[in-house]
Amino acid sequence: MAYEINGTTVEADEEGYITDISLWNPELAVLIAEGENIEMDDDSWEVVNFLRNYYEEYQIAPAVRVLTKAIKKSLGPEKGNSKYLYELFPYGPAKQACKIAGLPKPTGCV
Amino acid sequence: MADFEIPSISVPIEIPTLNRDAMKHSSPFIAAPKHQEALGFPGELVDDWQSKAIDKFGELLSKSRALQVYMDSCVKCGACTDKCHYFLGTGDPKNMPVARQDLMRKVYRRNFTLAGKLVPWLVGAEDLTEEVLDDWYTYFHQCSQCRRCSVYCPYGIDTAEISMAAREIMDHIGKGQKYCNEILGKVHVIGNNLGLPEKALAHTLEDLEEDIEDETGVTVKLPLNQKGVDILLVTPSADFFAEPHVDGLIGYAKVFHQAGVSWTISSYASEAANFAMFIGSVEQMTLVAERIRKAAQDLGVKRIVFGECGHAWRVAYSFMNTLVGPFDFLDPDYPVPQHICEFTYDLIEAGALTLDKSANDHMTLTFHDSCNVARGSRMGNKPGGQFEIPRAIIKACCNNFVDMAADTIKEGTFCCGGGGGLLTDDLIEIRTKGASPRMRALKEVVEEQGVTHMAAICAICKSQFSKVMPSYGFSMDQIVSVHQLVSNAIVLDGQVVDDAENDVVTTAKNTDSNGDIATA
Repeated sequence: MAYEINGTTVEADEEGYITDISLWNPELAVLIAEGENIEMDDDSWEVVNFLRNYYEEYQIAPAVRVLTKAIKKSLGPEKGNSKYLYELFPYGPAKQACKIAGLPKPTGCV
Repeated sequence: MADFEIPSISVPIEIPTLNRDAMKHSSPFIAAPKHQEALGFPGELVDDWQSKAIDKFGELLSKSRALQVYMDSCVKCGACTDKCHYFLGTGDPKNMPVARQDLMRKVYRRNFTLAGKLVPWLVGAEDLTEEVLDDWYTYFHQCSQCRRCSVYCPYGIDTAEISMAAREIMDHIGKGQKYCNEILGKVHVIGNNLGLPEKALAHTLEDLEEDIEDETGVTVKLPLNQKGVDILLVTPSADFFAEPHVDGLIGYAKVFHQAGVSWTISSYASEAANFAMFIGSVEQMTLVAERIRKAAQDLGVKRIVFGECGHAWRVAYSFMNTLVGPFDFLDPDYPVPQHICEFTYDLIEAGALTLDKSANDHMTLTFHDSCNVARGSRMGNKPGGQFEIPRAIIKACCNNFVDMAADTIKEGTFCCGGGGGLLTDDLIEIRTKGASPRMRALKEVVEEQGVTHMAAICAICKSQFSKVMPSYGFSMDQIVSVHQLVSNAIVLDGQVVDDAENDVVTTAKNTDSNGDIATA
């Protein structure tokens, strides 16, 4: 599949993860999120931005535990838990938020 | 959320009404050329796929007496028909083990038996047409290779072997499965299924050390790539990433700490899983297993311990020595390899761990036997150890434990629904439906005996249950790791215990065991 945005085509795999992560931009994130029935608010962006920063340093999405700890620091303990992250990204913070952040899908027994 | 019907679990298990082609639409994404070629398979369906497939089939028959016997010996007695969780969850007759086997058997008869060559219409023999190949791809990816059916087959026909052979043939004609083959490529390059590089692994482990220190006040290390230590821990990479897996990893670290043994994780062999078993490739299985041998030799360890991973333990226990042995450089006084449950159990038996069962009093546990541990391996030195040892650990750590119905546990255990390379989002429908027999057994003990949580010792089972349990009215955190229970209960030397009244520093029994308690 592919996303059409501002007159350009961004290729994605069968599940909607973009194949060239350098083509990601915030408008594309909103478009991908729409396809997932997710409206991007400040908290969702906090997660997506953290994922992108983490990926830039470590070349992989963070473990769920690392993510919740980081969100706890930035948004407070009532939001730094997996329950809240699943409210933001019902299909799982790792997979769904990665898709929106333009990052590869975590694979394996996860 | 699901756009398919969730099977009802409010009635006892019964044989479903047949629903022809109910799951014909369900087949996984096909591997891209880059995923195929990385493993030495053709990138896409080859032109002469039919003859190539029959050649490969013939080669497998000549190599595996088991496959030959399985092709020849079915008498259509029907004992297996209602034993597959995917059949019970879907009613699709091609999910009856005998019918799944017959997808391959009819091609076998046509090409490898005299009667099938001469009078195919009399003996149920068929050519490998495009339609048959599609059926193979669809229905051999609706088998989790759990081997429950083989327990009830009077001839012991193992559908897992047949499904592995079918996938091996399909890989060799360019029709591989994306999920398994992409992951195997990552293991070869990065060392684990997740694609977790060394730097990220190191960061994750440091983070866990901080968490343990915050929680207990004790410095517990999770060493990486440390040479000259006693033990190499090989664990599924999901243990570094997902919940509740990571809580189990914390449990292993606490047990090693309390045992006083030196240990390490390897970034080169940062994966216990061996998905090559799922695709039936001995060559790939050898390459993945070889990484573990190399890591053990490079690090100079004396022992290898495996974390909570079902099929990894089958490969380790049953095949590893044949594939990449002998392991004569390891200490012969210990099992080669050893399961983390054996390690912990030996310490418990020796009285070397202080376990506060009340730490798990907020839960009533049951135990899900993972198929590859239950039916493909063993633990300890007694028959049935793979059933008794995990339960003994749970009972040593928890006051409340209840087993599920007898015909759904131990050697008769139902698969979680996500094993055998099916734990992928594109197969969520078959995964969810296939989980229904286990969910039904769980519901029974939840309602009748107050069970609140189910423990498991397999990364696939844990991920599968946390994904599908909400579809059945449970919550995703009702699945826990066995070593998560150990982690909750274990009292480390010098640990600060949160008492209701006041903080006390325990004087836990000091162990001088050094973990030197071998399973005979």
